Amino acid sequence: MDKRLERILPRVQKPARYTGGEYKQIMKDKEQVDIRLAFCFPDTYEIGMSNLGMSILYHTMNSLDFVWCERCFAPWGDMYEEMKKAGIPLYALESGDPLSAFDSLAFSVGYEMAYTTVLDMIDMAGLPLRSADRKDLLPIVWAGGTSAVNAEPMAPFIDLFVVGEGEEMNNELLTLLRQAKLEHWSKHDFLVQAAQIGGVYVPSLYEVSYHEDGSIAAVKPTEGAPERVVKRIISDLDSVPFPTDPIVPSTEVVHDRVNLELFRGCVRGCRFCQAGYVYRPIRAKKPETLVRQGIETLKNTGHEDVTLLSLSTSDYRPLNELCDGLLDYCEARSIGLSLPSLRADNFSMEIMEKLQKVRKSGLTFAVEGGSQRLRDAINKNVTEEDLLHTCSIAFSGGWNSVKLYYMLGLPTETDEDILGIAEMANKVLHCWRENAKNKNRGVKNTISTSLFIPKPHSPFQWEAMIPIPEYLRRVNLLRGAITARNVTYNWHDAATSLIEAVLSKGDRRVADVIEEVWRQGGRLDAWTDYFDLDRWMKAFETCGVDPAFYAHREIPVDAVLPWDHIDVGVRKSHLQHEREMAYESRLSPDCRHQCAACGAAKLLKGGIRCDG
Amino acid sequence: MDKLRLRFSKTGRAIYISHLDLMHTMQRGFSRAGYELKYSEGFNPHPQISIALPLSVGAASVCEIMDFKLKEDPVLAELPAKLTSVLPEGIEVLEVYEPERKVALLKWLGIEGVLEYDERDPAEMAAALRDFYAQEAIVITKRTKRGVGETDIRPGIREISFEAADKAVLVKAVISAQEPTINPELLAEALRQIQPGIAPDFAKFNRVETYDADMQVYR
Repeated sequence: MDKRLERILPRVQKPARYTGGEYKQIMKDKEQVDIRLAFCFPDTYEIGMSNLGMSILYHTMNSLDFVWCERCFAPWGDMYEEMKKAGIPLYALESGDPLSAFDSLAFSVGYEMAYTTVLDMIDMAGLPLRSADRKDLLPIVWAGGTSAVNAEPMAPFIDLFVVGEGEEMNNELLTLLRQAKLEHWSKHDFLVQAAQIGGVYVPSLYEVSYHEDGSIAAVKPTEGAPERVVKRIISDLDSVPFPTDPIVPSTEVVHDRVNLELFRGCVRGCRFCQAGYVYRPIRAKKPETLVRQGIETLKNTGHEDVTLLSLSTSDYRPLNELCDGLLDYCEARSIGLSLPSLRADNFSMEIMEKLQKVRKSGLTFAVEGGSQRLRDAINKNVTEEDLLHTCSIAFSGGWNSVKLYYMLGLPTETDEDILGIAEMANKVLHCWRENAKNKNRGVKNTISTSLFIPKPHSPFQWEAMIPIPEYLRRVNLLRGAITARNVTYNWHDAATSLIEAVLSKGDRRVADVIEEVWRQGGRLDAWTDYFDLDRWMKAFETCGVDPAFYAHREIPVDAVLPWDHIDVGVRKSHLQHEREMAYESRLSPDCRHQCAACGAAKLLKGGIRCDG
Repeated sequence: MDKLRLRFSKTGRAIYISHLDLMHTMQRGFSRAGYELKYSEGFNPHPQISIALPLSVGAASVCEIMDFKLKEDPVLAELPAKLTSVLPEGIEVLEVYEPERKVALLKWLGIEGVLEYDERDPAEMAAALRDFYAQEAIVITKRTKRGVGETDIRPGIREISFEAADKAVLVKAVISAQEPTINPELLAEALRQIQPGIAPDFAKFNRVETYDADMQVYR
């Protein structure tokens, strides 16, 4: 171990997250591989090691024998200061080698607030921030993850983006990179070739022109790059490699458990939800695959908990069969099984009883809108009756804590809708009084609201976010309406939402702001410990960028969107239709009742059909 | 077999795993190796596993002791290798046996340390260190659960010797493991508090052997 590091580690909080050496980390001989890849997660070890995507791709990329993929995370503030002081560059955990020794840096970027951390990690690796300033082929800096569906704000920094699911695409890219390295290609030649791989977006090959009012005139591909980059997906999830021997952290991480992914995509089509559109089409794993992989992973890791992941767990058709299969193994060994993302409309007593056998946790429902009209407008197909019915089952089953999540600032929202949230809280309390078995234990009803952020590739992508003062007015309206003692109201800080809105709907001109924020010390902006609104507002001013242009402007439907050249599968006309339905407060049936022909099914190969 | 005792080493990158994390890591290790730990009875059952003397983060050891109970009797001869193969880098199970003596009988710890001096002369430092530790009392202020207090660490040091090396002084000592517990780090801390001129730029320690009150090797 580096002597300088040895002196620092005893002084920092939780040093085990900076050392590597965990069980099942993948070690290779660096002399025997052609490509050394640093897989970078722009957040802390505890967050990154909880990320299933990171775990899957670490294994699929390491399955290439010419690649050694190692992990790298962002140091927390104390470690960051110590590393700067001692002049220690960012290093990868497995080998401990500095990132300057690597052929490539790959970033997994799931959320926009991580952008400044990406820049910081590029800098800590000793590299120039901007792609244009990194002239050599190596290291290639690339990024993927959900934020790649609008990569524009990060376009000047990243050599190429991978859009969609990476199991196959990443390996195709690494194979090409190996060829380029061995044959001494120029960076430009490599990028031109890489753009021919399905799902790869090379921003430097696209010329963006603007109208006088600041909106985009055109995005023109050059050098044979595709007009639209089509998202990659895995058609058959049962046959794609899944690591049943993941790394087991030696220190506590956020999700310290086995994660099983039931399906990708969502049948629901909630109009505010980006994930519901960009992960389409719906593809499920077979229950027998999941039971096998779950048990194998539990055996290999020694974890005490297993959780079922998806956008809407109760929409997994064979959920009962899956739970039975897993519980057979788990109950005998006191292993906990948890099911997040249940829906209030099809929550079943049967499932609940199964879970109760092992452990009982609180119930959380995302109701989103305070009135039926508003819920219809956003296509959140949950009725008050559903919710109260579910609560009555839960309360009579012994639960005594319910969390309800809402958004404020949804398109068409009125004060009446907001007051509906308080009324609903009272009805839930009433329901508890009528159904609870043991009233001595009391009830906890928590209401949380966040500020709605319109997101690319969702039906509300053209919408404006409401101004912050208006959000605060609505928060206060709701605060005043909540009178019951056992209702707790939490509201999300709007400052981060404003920045998130700008970053998610931004174009390439926002890049200067991100860089300026980083130059002024911004990093780990997803953490309230580090986020500083003033720093962002000053950076907007310095760079002459108006945040309201991105966050609070309604975009005309015929405008060119910054992310129009990224094709996630869903047709733009479908999104537009859904938006019109919203203004008429009309529901669209979910994919299982009636296929809306959104377009995503065209991504499927090998005769596989959408599971919608 | 009721209670079993494991001796293991914790070196290399594993020295940064905290005591609590180590307990968790060991529990998972048993599970991965196919051994089921016995759980305590009662309202909140917990696995029956305890590490004799918690080791500070950053300190190495080749003589850690952990007591545990399993639901079924294992084949003792194969347990060390089986368990080591499923533990993180740097943790190695040395042996497993049925303990004959209580942990309370563990009295002294043999330790080795490296006191690093970047600029100062190690021979000079070694001489000064010998003088310093020849004192009859070495009273330092120490934060304890009850607040900040003064402690004389000298009675807790049974033997101590220093030897100059390259840019460092090697220390060997026998210090009290329990009642009172002397953390080896205090050997450097005392210098920082009382005679900063000979305090090292960095110090690291390694536990090497466990002894009973009569200085017989404790197992």
